[in-house]
Amino acid sequence: MTAIVVKKEGPAGVTPTPTVGSHVNNYWRRVRGGDIGALPAVVMLVALAVGFSIARPSFFTAGNLANLFTQGAAVTLIAMGLVFVLLLGEIDLSAGFASGVCAAILANVVTVLGYPWYVAVLSAVVTGVVIGTVLGLLVAKVGIPSFVVTLAGFLAFQGVVLTLMDEGANIAVRDDVLVAIANRNLSPVLGWSLAAVAVAGYAAVQLLRHRNRAARGLLTDPIAVVAARIAGLAVILGVAVYVLNLERSRNVLVVSLKGVPIVVPIIAILLVVWTFVLQRTSYGRHIYAVGGNAEAARRAGINVDRIRISVFIICSSMAAIGGIVAASRANSVDPNTGGSNVLLYAVGAAVIGGTSLFGGKGRVLDAVLGGAVVAVIDNGMGLMGYSSGVKFVVTGVVLLAAATIDALSRRRAAATGTR
Amino acid sequence: MSATPLLELRGIDKSFGPVQVLRDVAFAAHAGEVTALVGDNGAGKSTLVKCISGIHPTDAGEFVFDGRPVTINSPRDAAALGIEVVYQDLALCDNLDIVQNMFLGREKRSGIVLDEPTMEQMAAETLAGLSVRTVKSLRQHVASLSGGQRQTVAIAKAVLWNSRLVILDEPTAALGVAQTAQVLELVRRLADNGLAVVLISHNMNDVFAVSDRIAALYLGQMVAQVKTTDITHSQVVELITAGRSGSLGLTGEPGGNGAAPADTTPGAVR
Repeated sequence: MTAIVVKKEGPAGVTPTPTVGSHVNNYWRRVRGGDIGALPAVVMLVALAVGFSIARPSFFTAGNLANLFTQGAAVTLIAMGLVFVLLLGEIDLSAGFASGVCAAILANVVTVLGYPWYVAVLSAVVTGVVIGTVLGLLVAKVGIPSFVVTLAGFLAFQGVVLTLMDEGANIAVRDDVLVAIANRNLSPVLGWSLAAVAVAGYAAVQLLRHRNRAARGLLTDPIAVVAARIAGLAVILGVAVYVLNLERSRNVLVVSLKGVPIVVPIIAILLVVWTFVLQRTSYGRHIYAVGGNAEAARRAGINVDRIRISVFIICSSMAAIGGIVAASRANSVDPNTGGSNVLLYAVGAAVIGGTSLFGGKGRVLDAVLGGAVVAVIDNGMGLMGYSSGVKFVVTGVVLLAAATIDALSRRRAAATGTR
Repeated sequence: MSATPLLELRGIDKSFGPVQVLRDVAFAAHAGEVTALVGDNGAGKSTLVKCISGIHPTDAGEFVFDGRPVTINSPRDAAALGIEVVYQDLALCDNLDIVQNMFLGREKRSGIVLDEPTMEQMAAETLAGLSVRTVKSLRQHVASLSGGQRQTVAIAKAVLWNSRLVILDEPTAALGVAQTAQVLELVRRLADNGLAVVLISHNMNDVFAVSDRIAALYLGQMVAQVKTTDITHSQVVELITAGRSGSLGLTGEPGGNGAAPADTTPGAVR
């Protein structure tokens, strides 16, 4: 890995033009070197899907696929926010109940106070921002370990939800727009158009980057690899939209049920936005830097405290959005919204997807892939008729397995010098 | 080798509370030369470097940079003058690649989007300018680099910004023989490219291998600043350990606890 290669000519860093073969080789070498990324999540996802489909044919139906998305949406959204905190090597144990608090605010504003849905959504997100700011200040400025701060938050927010819920009563959410988020679908045409826009946008970005780099004489991925990526996305989106556009109502005469659940494009848009922030802006670069070596980041003139506070704000705001989706799906908010397994499922989703608990490594996409794994386990085991108890144990074991893979791959990487 | 030094310090005093760490220190660094700064542990090398780089304010003394008197009150002032420090512990992020590390905190952007092609190009040009041919790809993570390669990246990061004075704090301390040679070669090349280089080192072989001048600190005083060709290995060791060597260094009591007599003005020897 650390071989010193002496070049006869050309500027530093110029290696032979990469080919498809060298691309595959490089990837394989990175995986063997311990940089496995989201590979375990993808493998697990395929294995689980195949396993459950064989055991319970009802798993592999359009109706269940749509269910999977709406079931996993809230956890996935919270996990997307958690990725930012995990990137700094911190943790937010309060994210679950923070989403509960925000959902409770939402329900109170829209149902009890009778404001329109956008006021309710705004107040929920603002609540998330406030929670994140407080947590971030306590961690960055006061210097309390995030584990303790957010554990305190976990307990306190649970109490806040109870208080907001008037000691245990639940509040219904009946606003049409809010209910639609997790319970209605896009029309088939709109689903296809959004998929087309997504693929076209991705293709444009990839091809522009390729041309730009080639024009400057920099190394480019082979065009075949770029094309394969675009085709891969097109196939995945195409199949998903096709299946979700199938009629999945049990009685078509009574009600037609087809189309992509509205929550899917919401997750997709947030995925694109946060990925852009992390990969393409200096703010995102600084998050990775602080997670990798905070002292180096400080010496490079990065305001480490500000980065630290900001990731908690992002995490709690995403928790708020997760809470809104959860409230929408349940048509109500109760004192246990965001409680029980939500937080652990969210942390599990991020880690299973390949985000490191040690900081410095992870992507927002990890949360989506990991969220899918968690949702599939939960859904599939439900179909198999296992009790909640067994589901908790299995999910716990999967989380532990993911964390083990993380720790071992880190050791492997240290041994082979790839990290 | 210009006649006037790029950076000249005169009469620098620095105390931390009751402890006087630097006492009337004079120091000069010339463009196109490697000036080795030597001294035992606690002699004040690090403090002097931190004064130059603006981390510590000085109590007294003047800075002359490029013939003009300047004040350096913060690292930003130092960076604005073109003074860069490569610290011993490198300050690189393992999880970022070479380009990302070189531009950390000073990323090139177009709008709000990072301008990766420009950064990659500038990094490649900088490394090429230093004749660095040891890295396979600019996009590999720093974690995968050897100690010498990491040091190379840290140095390249420092010269990326049209810097004029580069201070290297023990760049070879943790390296093996081959890698040390590699880094020393790079240090020499920096000076040959016209930069003023200050090299802090405990290793006399390194010092004699690359430096043009040697400045020796002893208990907070600059006891000698001479051309490397005018001094022997053992004389430098004596200067470091006793503060004097024959006609060089402190006069009077060995150990030089009192104020150094005026005729031993540092840098004026020979």
